[in-house]
Amino acid sequence: MSSKTPVIELREVKKSFGPVEVLKGVNFSVRAGEVTALVGDNGAGKSTLIKGLAGIQPYESGTILFEGNEVELTSPRQSSELGIDVVYQDLALCDNLDIVHNMFLGREQANNGVLDEGHMESKAASTLTSLSVRTVKSVRQKVARLSGGQRQTVAIARAVLWNNKVVILDEPTAALGVAQTEQVLQLVRRLADAGKAVIIISHNLQDVFTVADRIYVLYLGKMTAAVKKSETSQSDVVAYITGTKTQENIEA
Amino acid sequence: MSNQNSVQTGNEGSLLDSFKDYIVRVRGGETGSLPALLGLVILATIFAVANPIFLKPINFANLLTQTATVTTLAMGLTFVLLLGEIDLSAGVTAGLSAGFLAVSMFNYGVAWPIAVIIAILFGMLVGFLVGLLVAKVGIPSFVVTLAAFLAFQGLQLVVIGRGGLIGIDAPPILAIMNKPMPLIFGWILLIIVFILYVLTSLISRRQRSASGQVSKPISILIAKSLTLLVVGAGVVTFLNQERGANPAVTSLKGVPWVVPIVLILLAAGTFVLNRTKFGRHVYAVGGNAEASRRAGIRVDRVRITVFMISSTFAGIAGILLASRQASVDAAAGRSIVLSAIAAAVVGGVSLFGGRGRLSDAVIGGFVIAIIDNGLGLIGLASGLNLAVTGAVLLLAATADAISRRKSRAGS
Repeated sequence: MSSKTPVIELREVKKSFGPVEVLKGVNFSVRAGEVTALVGDNGAGKSTLIKGLAGIQPYESGTILFEGNEVELTSPRQSSELGIDVVYQDLALCDNLDIVHNMFLGREQANNGVLDEGHMESKAASTLTSLSVRTVKSVRQKVARLSGGQRQTVAIARAVLWNNKVVILDEPTAALGVAQTEQVLQLVRRLADAGKAVIIISHNLQDVFTVADRIYVLYLGKMTAAVKKSETSQSDVVAYITGTKTQENIEA
Repeated sequence: MSNQNSVQTGNEGSLLDSFKDYIVRVRGGETGSLPALLGLVILATIFAVANPIFLKPINFANLLTQTATVTTLAMGLTFVLLLGEIDLSAGVTAGLSAGFLAVSMFNYGVAWPIAVIIAILFGMLVGFLVGLLVAKVGIPSFVVTLAAFLAFQGLQLVVIGRGGLIGIDAPPILAIMNKPMPLIFGWILLIIVFILYVLTSLISRRQRSASGQVSKPISILIAKSLTLLVVGAGVVTFLNQERGANPAVTSLKGVPWVVPIVLILLAAGTFVLNRTKFGRHVYAVGGNAEASRRAGIRVDRVRITVFMISSTFAGIAGILLASRQASVDAAAGRSIVLSAIAAAVVGGVSLFGGRGRLSDAVIGGFVIAIIDNGLGLIGLASGLNLAVTGAVLLLAATADAISRRKSRAGS
């Protein structure tokens, strides 16, 4: 896997807010077909790193390589044009609309100005089916009627619908119960198996170890570890997160 | 392909399944205009028993023209309510539009079609300014439109001038609310409505099957269109009966001209809300403005456009107002905005945004008009109308708030 060119590669990216240096030269790379977990304590810089990828808060310096080519990410539009999509923690769904409407929110398909409901509906349904989603019975249900796990599923499916190459998930399991967490993690796994590069931010190490292939640890704005899951343990990762241990040669 | 899909569209199954599905939705708080329709039937029954005049064609025609202005205003307000905003200035905007209509014809001799355009353009302009202040400056719509509500009352005094009242004498304007269409036009109107309804339903079915999706059972469409035909034929027959006080002198029969006007507004508005990107964005912004913004919807533009639509409807309502009273006075439109908001909410449009249809506003408009009309016929003190209307509005708002809590709890 590591022989392949990463979809995204960040080299020495920096970002500060006034006098506070949040990212102090971070290297990070994500590969297609893998789930990459980004962990770290509060204030470590996870959100700042992600917002840079989303184009919401551009990095101040450093290099961004997308599929090997140097790119700029200075607006959300640029990110989404490259095929990077973020599923935020609050999901950003409209409760009063149904699943199809939410999946096509802002990108509705129309024929001569008239919404093409049939086309959108079949595309939404086939996307959910391709992700082997069985928890959602009908795509014409209002989102208000869905459980937390189903909402997460819809939000993730929306990111998949547009053939994005990189899907970033911000704390996808934070608000879920045990069974629903299980379902969402399976979905995350299937995304990667379908060839997407998946970044998952989580505080829950158990989830991280269930689903991730590779784990990156941020500590006070520095990447202190980049390890394959198979080559590390939960206690090591905890040590990286709390700063009591640092990996010697980080190959990001 | 939909047969192998594990994800369904909710349209599979028989008529009975669809009915069961509807019951589930109603119990879950998505009642729509059902309570208003039930209320309409109950109120009509009570008033019909209390005073037989209630059922006379003359009263029914009265009811239609009484409700037309408020209903038009309420349809415009529905757009604003869908965003979770409010427009308190809609009534006085209608009044001022009527004022400009009257003044331009009476004082400046402008031809009536131009005067109508002036009235409507004025409404549009008001909406643009209100929308700009709400969306770009960020003032709550309640405050912006309250300010307009006060300011326009003053402006109306200036526009109308010393006389305090300007008469309308252009026959086409007067005809809207006071003259019936030729009898055959009523039937033609019904046939057009019926064909449009069946055609749009069939087209959307074809679109769905073209992309491999299952539509609702055809029996539902047949049942709905037959109901439309029967009820519509009843209404046209009823309105085509003689209702003049003295038929030998002046015969009065036929569907009032205002009916097709309201129907056109209803159809156009419903089409925009249900079938266009803009309509979808209105519901999206009303449901979750932040999510809409992140999805790339230009929320400010949607807001401004919605206020313009509302005020344009108000401009049209102003023309109806002028037609019905055959004159425009300084207080024109002052009192109708609250009736219009009540009509929309009673009909099932949510005050919290994101939920409601234009047809809800029409049904609600009928409820408000029937209360007014029926209580008047029973001969109760006129102040009681307002008290009852207020109570009904409160009841509807309570139902709205409870159903919102219910659907939240369901998530």
